[in-house]
Amino acid sequence: MATSTDSIEELANQDYKYGFVTDVEQEAIAPGLNEDTIRLISSKKQEPDWLLEWRLKAFQVWQTLTPPSWPNVTFPPVNFQDIIYYSAPKQQAKLESLDDLDPEIKATFDKLGIPLNEQKMMSGVAVDAVFDSVSVATTFKGKLADMGIIFCSFSEAVQDHPDLVRKYLGSVVPVSDNFYAALNAAVFSDGSFAYIPKGVKCPMELSTYFRINAAQTGQFERTLLVADEGATVSYLEGCTAPMRDENQLHAAVVELVALDDSTIKYSTVQNWYPGDKDGKGGIYNFVTKRGKAWTNAKITWTQVETGSAITWKYPSCILQGDNAVGEFYSVAVTNNYQQADTGTKMLHLGKNTRSTIVSKGISAGKGQNTYRGLVRIGKNAKGARNFSQCDSLLIGDQCGAHTFPYLEVRNTSSQVEHEASTSKIGEDQIFYCRQRGLSTEDAVNMIVNGFCKEVFRELPMEFAVEAQKLLGVSLEGSVG
Amino acid sequence: MLEVSNLHARVGNKEILKGINLSVKAGEVHAIMGPNGSGKSTLAAVLVGREEFDVTEGAVAFQGRDLLEMEPEERAREGVFLAFQYPVEIPGVNNAYLLKAALNEVRKHRGESQLDAMDFMAFVKERMSILKIDQDLMNRPVNEGFSGGEKKRNEIFQMAVLEPKLAIMDETDSGLDIDALRIVSNGVNAMRNAERATVIVTHYQRLLNYIVPDFVHVLSGGRIVKSGGKELALELEDKGYSWIEGATETVGS
Repeated sequence: MATSTDSIEELANQDYKYGFVTDVEQEAIAPGLNEDTIRLISSKKQEPDWLLEWRLKAFQVWQTLTPPSWPNVTFPPVNFQDIIYYSAPKQQAKLESLDDLDPEIKATFDKLGIPLNEQKMMSGVAVDAVFDSVSVATTFKGKLADMGIIFCSFSEAVQDHPDLVRKYLGSVVPVSDNFYAALNAAVFSDGSFAYIPKGVKCPMELSTYFRINAAQTGQFERTLLVADEGATVSYLEGCTAPMRDENQLHAAVVELVALDDSTIKYSTVQNWYPGDKDGKGGIYNFVTKRGKAWTNAKITWTQVETGSAITWKYPSCILQGDNAVGEFYSVAVTNNYQQADTGTKMLHLGKNTRSTIVSKGISAGKGQNTYRGLVRIGKNAKGARNFSQCDSLLIGDQCGAHTFPYLEVRNTSSQVEHEASTSKIGEDQIFYCRQRGLSTEDAVNMIVNGFCKEVFRELPMEFAVEAQKLLGVSLEGSVG
Repeated sequence: MLEVSNLHARVGNKEILKGINLSVKAGEVHAIMGPNGSGKSTLAAVLVGREEFDVTEGAVAFQGRDLLEMEPEERAREGVFLAFQYPVEIPGVNNAYLLKAALNEVRKHRGESQLDAMDFMAFVKERMSILKIDQDLMNRPVNEGFSGGEKKRNEIFQMAVLEPKLAIMDETDSGLDIDALRIVSNGVNAMRNAERATVIVTHYQRLLNYIVPDFVHVLSGGRIVKSGGKELALELEDKGYSWIEGATETVGS
């Protein structure tokens, strides 16, 4: 509602506007991956031995795994020896304040609309900015620390809060979970860490902004978010990358730990470079996101996936404790040659656990959009309930929408509902809007935004506006 | 205001309009009547620029400009409004949101300032009272789950907000009960003025008891075969379309 059709029109007429490259002196290691690479990354970060051991174990596991072949996407095999696993802007050892940040990097985030100056920022949002392999700045740390909230880069957390990190790292996504998660565990370079103490309601949105800048570089960040008993937190994640002809790999892991009676809301607006109109370049976004909810806890994933050449991502909930609640709201857009295979897993273990899945897939151009979801209700999850709704919207006649819902119910007292629909944007709908004076682009935007409404209303306000605009850009040129 | 001359249009290979001539001046209300399949709705569709119809011959001038050259949205912004026979549903799009966007497009085109949400609601409330539209209807998705009567009323309500110069009503009376018919007609009559022209496409004479036309045209086989005053509608009601169709054959032979 907040976005006028004007600004959508403006946005619809521009290309990927985050495709610039920042000229900053980088320190990168040679491409390739072996044990020495991992030792090098670990030593650069002055990590404790236990973490190095953990990485090496993950590397061993990774070598026994193969990339998943089941997703409904096609791309040439990635040569993991061609990738640079660590790249960081050169700067002073430790920042005393945000003022010490390299002005080029600061300017980059300004340009992305993420000012790292606390005075200029959107009030009520604390940001951790990750540039290639490292976190370059975190805002509002002091203010949050007064309430006992820890919000910092993953590297700092390893140094300053090793016990917390060690306790929860890998507790939701074990190193052996899958090919990309194992790779991430071996080589992850930075990311965000947050801990909300018992009974504390985090007063502002926490947010991480990921930026890939260097060429040939993979980004492997790790986010760990712990809400202690009775805590509440809302977390936002955004991401962009320069336009480059080669494909770049982004293999992240996000772990959420929601202890008893806590609430975590995790929202993503993913806008990695999707490649050009002919499908050249773009980010491979192979991400593992999972949360574990204990008794009476609630985890909500909301994602708006508009970018990336290929998206492979299933933010999931392990509903471990009784009465735990898991929610997944997703909008995934594929235009041109983009491919997305995305969805969720809801694993019901506790009694009376509940989950809701609302997935909206939009395909345009030659885009292929797959929803893949698993609802598993264990034999002890008496009285568990799930509701799933998967809707697909097609624009044009060369795109595809696919739905693979898996339901496994192992007790008789549970209730599972699944609804699915596929529709095409009707010429009649577009004409109706045009007869009222709207341009075709505005009409499509309006119809698509209406289609996504149930998901957008789950997003925090600023993000909802951003998401609406992004849809406009992503669907540019998809009609007539 | 509207000059239609020798208009021919086809869909696929089938010619539907075979030379329509029609002249509508500001302030006038014209009724286009005719049996099913005579081309009434096609004429309405061609005037608003539906792309499935090809105009093969003839011309349409609107306020002196070539209407057929304009995109559908440009026609709308210039002041051509169609009350649809079957208004479409647009799930998730708030009725008020669509209307505000439409109104601002029209205002922008006229060089007027954009209305913000507050101004818009104030403006709309006044119009709602004329048509007995509930606030609730404004906040529901466009036409979704509306009854037939609500959909038609919503069309007339949009017309009242957008204040077109030429309002075309395509079978607005179909599917309306007598109360809804009265409300819709009152709305249309309230909007009648010296600057606005109205073209009513209808199968039945019934609507014309409520909205009294200045002229009645009978369309048959893609041509206007008879024109007259409001009494022509009554005569048609009395004698049926076969009376006219008989006449067409005479004309044709």
